[in-house]
Amino acid sequence: MTGEEDLKALRSDRGNKDASITRREGMGTAQPVKPGGESYPAPGGPFLIGENMTGGYGRGADILHDCTIAVEKGQIAVIVGPNGAGKSTAMKATFGMLPLRKGRVRLDGEDITGLTPQARVARGMGFVPQVNNVFTSMTVQENLEMGAFLRDDDFSGTMEQVFDLFPILREKRHQPAGELSGGQRQQVAVGRALMTEPKVLLLDEPTAGVSPIVMDELFDRIIEVARAGITILMVEQNARQALAIADIGYVLVQGANAHTGSGRELLADPVVRRSFLGG
Amino acid sequence: MDILNALVVFLNFVFIPAATYGSQLALGALGVTFVYSILRFSNFAHGDTMAFGTMVTIHTTWLMQAAGISLGILPTALLALPVGILVTALFLLGTDRVVYRFYRERKAAPVIIVIVSLGVMFVMNGIVRLLIGVNDIVFIDGMRQIISPAEFKTMTGLQEGLGLKMSQALTLIIAVISVIVLFWFLNRTRTGKSMRAYSDNEDLALLSGISPDRVVAVTWIIVAILTTLAGVLYGLDKTYNPFVYFQLLLPIFAAAIVGGLGSPVGAIVGGYIIAFSEVVVTYAWKKVVTYLLPDGWAPDSLLQLITTDYKFAVSFSILVIVLLFMPTGIFKGKSV
Repeated sequence: MTGEEDLKALRSDRGNKDASITRREGMGTAQPVKPGGESYPAPGGPFLIGENMTGGYGRGADILHDCTIAVEKGQIAVIVGPNGAGKSTAMKATFGMLPLRKGRVRLDGEDITGLTPQARVARGMGFVPQVNNVFTSMTVQENLEMGAFLRDDDFSGTMEQVFDLFPILREKRHQPAGELSGGQRQQVAVGRALMTEPKVLLLDEPTAGVSPIVMDELFDRIIEVARAGITILMVEQNARQALAIADIGYVLVQGANAHTGSGRELLADPVVRRSFLGG
Repeated sequence: MDILNALVVFLNFVFIPAATYGSQLALGALGVTFVYSILRFSNFAHGDTMAFGTMVTIHTTWLMQAAGISLGILPTALLALPVGILVTALFLLGTDRVVYRFYRERKAAPVIIVIVSLGVMFVMNGIVRLLIGVNDIVFIDGMRQIISPAEFKTMTGLQEGLGLKMSQALTLIIAVISVIVLFWFLNRTRTGKSMRAYSDNEDLALLSGISPDRVVAVTWIIVAILTTLAGVLYGLDKTYNPFVYFQLLLPIFAAAIVGGLGSPVGAIVGGYIIAFSEVVVTYAWKKVVTYLLPDGWAPDSLLQLITTDYKFAVSFSILVIVLLFMPTGIFKGKSV
């Protein structure tokens, strides 16, 4: 069982919709970096940088082509671009959610290319996926506890901070996260990632599927998190709004860097405006 | 009309046996539901895992008896139980290492792993028969009856006797304790919560730093505890026979599905529903009815719906009916 065809056969359910003997729900799809890798010092450069990243899922074609994403400490970096440009993939690659074929990832003066996502969490990275980003059957409080899974110290202080940031969560702390509204779920998702007290927070389209009012609210909260000194790297569909708060913006096209600049520069760039911001 | 005697007959021949059998099924169904929720497949090797754990416990019991160790009025098997659980846990972890892990790492469709578990079932079946044979084995020792029907009759002066066997009392007590401990573990401990998180969303669990390997290992250890407990309690109550344990797979799955696969509460309720249905349908009600009816109205027939030979038809019918009309079970499990 080594060929790609065999693997495909192994994963295929052949149209089996019967869940009385199997359960696909919640099954993992990630193909993260395999355990056993080491990190080593690589001083200099930005706080977090995915450098010349090339890679794709499984044995499939490359999605990223020599793509570089970097963010300085305490700043907000935003990745924008058309659908299928590899925005999410680029961010997942910096988190080790897909193994790179070329390029490397450095965090705080260390090369972490070989580390698993769990090991990166322990190094101070937090990741908020775009979908399925809460444990729906668990209460809000349990979600936050799971966020702090790697911590052995008392994390009640951090939980209070999260409740201060998102007061609605304090109210609903004993309610299953699956019963919350879309915006509240996003707050739980961000809160969960904040529980490890990360140095850098990766957000994959945090405002996807929420109403415009909730979206503004979420952007405010994200700025608040950044002001607290947490470096932020996020992918956004609402390019205009996201670039407005960005210290640095990346426009990706077909998995490669197309435009890079400060948020204001990109918003003012006529090419970027015409191609990606609708004029 | 004699309501008191009717009640005693009912308790002695229907209620207590069904409650005992139900507890054994509930422990079995809890294991099935556990594997289903966390490892995402139906473990067809579950009945044979029960047979394996009981087999190890019986061998240990024999060794202890030969060495003159006993628990007094309690069966020696209780002392041998931890050994049975330990060996079963190691066996399951070994099976996972050489069989299931291969498919899990390649993210094989769960339906393929179900068939893999069928293969594991055949291998376990063979190992168990090789090590203990295929005959009925009685391994209970110590005090058999806590209250014997004869004592009950002299005590109360009633015509009918009500007995409580040691195995029945042990089953009920151990089942209640295990269920309480299991729920406490899942809802209150860090490891238990991480297992629920993994069951809910594997990818997000990974992002939170929960180690999948650890969750899987703990799952198999809990399955070893539940299966060995259920198997030993069933064996103490009735007799041990590997083939009977293999057949228990049907009522156990029926119990888990009736309650709602993936729901621990459902597994327990389902266990009792299946057990009570089985006993009620296969019991000859003549005696109870004779006591309840006025004198001379006694029925000629046994009032037995079907013979005990067909008891599996009961679980099977319930299984089919539930899957047709209420596929998610009573407690809204995951099956569709």
